[in-house]
Amino acid sequence: MGDEESGRNSGESSRRTFLSIGAAVGGALLACSDSGDTPAGDSVKRTGKPPDEYGERSPFEKSVRKGSVSRYPEAGSTRTPLQDSHGIITPSSLHFERHHAGVPLIDPAEHRLLIHGLVERPLILTMDELKTFPSVSRIHFIECSGNSRGEWKPKKGATAQISHGMASCSEWTGVPLSVLLDEAGVKPEAAWLIAEGADACKMHRSLPLEKCRDDVIVAYGQNGEAIRPEQGYPLRLVAPGHEGNINVKWVRRLMLADQPAMGREETSKYTDVLADGKARQFSLTMESKSVITRPSGGQKLPGPGFVEITGLAWSGRGLIERVEVSTDNGATWTDATLQEPRHRIAFTRFRLPWTWDGTPTVILSRATDETGYVQPAVEALVEARGPNSDYHNNGIKSWKIAADGSVTHA
Amino acid sequence: MFVLAGLLVGAGAAQSPTYKVGRAPTADEVKAWSITIFPDGTGLPEGSGTAAEGKEVYARRCSECHGTTGQGGESSALVGGQGSLASAKPLKTVGSYWPYATTLWDYVNRTMPFHNPGILTDDQVYSVVAYVLHLNEIVGENEEMNRQTLPKVKMPNRDGFINDDRPDVGPKSEK
Repeated sequence: MGDEESGRNSGESSRRTFLSIGAAVGGALLACSDSGDTPAGDSVKRTGKPPDEYGERSPFEKSVRKGSVSRYPEAGSTRTPLQDSHGIITPSSLHFERHHAGVPLIDPAEHRLLIHGLVERPLILTMDELKTFPSVSRIHFIECSGNSRGEWKPKKGATAQISHGMASCSEWTGVPLSVLLDEAGVKPEAAWLIAEGADACKMHRSLPLEKCRDDVIVAYGQNGEAIRPEQGYPLRLVAPGHEGNINVKWVRRLMLADQPAMGREETSKYTDVLADGKARQFSLTMESKSVITRPSGGQKLPGPGFVEITGLAWSGRGLIERVEVSTDNGATWTDATLQEPRHRIAFTRFRLPWTWDGTPTVILSRATDETGYVQPAVEALVEARGPNSDYHNNGIKSWKIAADGSVTHA
Repeated sequence: MFVLAGLLVGAGAAQSPTYKVGRAPTADEVKAWSITIFPDGTGLPEGSGTAAEGKEVYARRCSECHGTTGQGGESSALVGGQGSLASAKPLKTVGSYWPYATTLWDYVNRTMPFHNPGILTDDQVYSVVAYVLHLNEIVGENEEMNRQTLPKVKMPNRDGFINDDRPDVGPKSEK
């Protein structure tokens, strides 16, 4: 390829000269010249950046969270670009956001957690003290119960980010809430825990005590470092499998009570109106769900041939046991391979090799969890709940592949 | 040693028994953070207000976003929608949907006004809550809302909620 002529920087040695020097001076440089034999563009011809204190992704990577413009941006949200995701972990920087009064700036040295109410020993803990308790790290998804809200309607999300991007998955590290409850000594009459954040709206939710004793984490770590500010820095609840809003960010207060607070979020907002006008309350569990992330809306297959169909499945009730994929609009289904190890209440990556013959078709996925619950069609949810339940849409998502390979919502 | 132990007990008698960290909060610290108002009225402070008094507070602090009479605007409607929940277009407002009047007190006190939460006095919260309830024709214009009367207000949709009974769908996997 005419390496000799292509030295754009006159200060650089040509590859031929480099090779001859390398041969003369020994092994280390020879190793460099070996890698230089592979076609790698200009990067092989000049030294790159030195090491850096805190890494950034390649400037060629453009995948970002996207939200909708609002009159009250502090009470806004952004969605994870699931269509670009690999594996099961969402980068902390791409974890979806939903705030009710903006992201507070909190100095961890000033932050306190108060545990009080129906306890024998009310406690105030600093962040340093919280980190002295026994800790756990677990991989869990968090999903806003308003995720896929638009999928109730005929005009559905054009991309996996729009339709399913208010779900993300991280490794969370922190103190099991049960440890803190034992330290405070929960009184027998307590039945609920009210968790409150240190944001400007003091967002609060009531959790059944049974759940708190089971698997809730008071978390300070996310994906190997401190939780991101928009995810609750320095401290948040992670209530595995429960709707996102329960996972109170910037948590500063845990109050044990004999009744739920019946706060605004758990009465007027995160409740699901059924066909008869009654509303389902404390519908906390996120049910089994899946979405194909590739090929998915907005992408384009280059042409007939091999395609790895891949996507994500999750359930708030435990492990994903099975994901079936249909490439013929639901006429037949094939089991996809599940990425191991699987984690309970976490994203599970599924994959299915497929050969597209070039004819237009519709592809879809459905997940089954360890309880045997099978992800239903949206129509089945509407039949059971009516058209206005708004939250908790875990219906099957389908993508249409056109003759030219372009993928859109079916 | 005994003196030191005595001081420690005085400063933090309730440090955690197993891991020996943390301290007991003072009564003032607990009081300052205890803003939760329960449906039975637990947590409500002294003070009072009427809709007549709340009208002015509402006009200054609330109407810009929620409309001059709670009809909604940049933010959600506070009034109307009663009887709409089973219709094709449910309108969820304080009047049509909220099951407890205490929740309104808690939320206004906790969060409103959106860009300046915490500036309303307890009396102002009582009065603006009374005004919003009055706009929904739930309390009279001069009916005093206080820690005794507010929990007794019967909201129209008080019995409109059921507990989670899912899974409500789910064909068993066909094999």
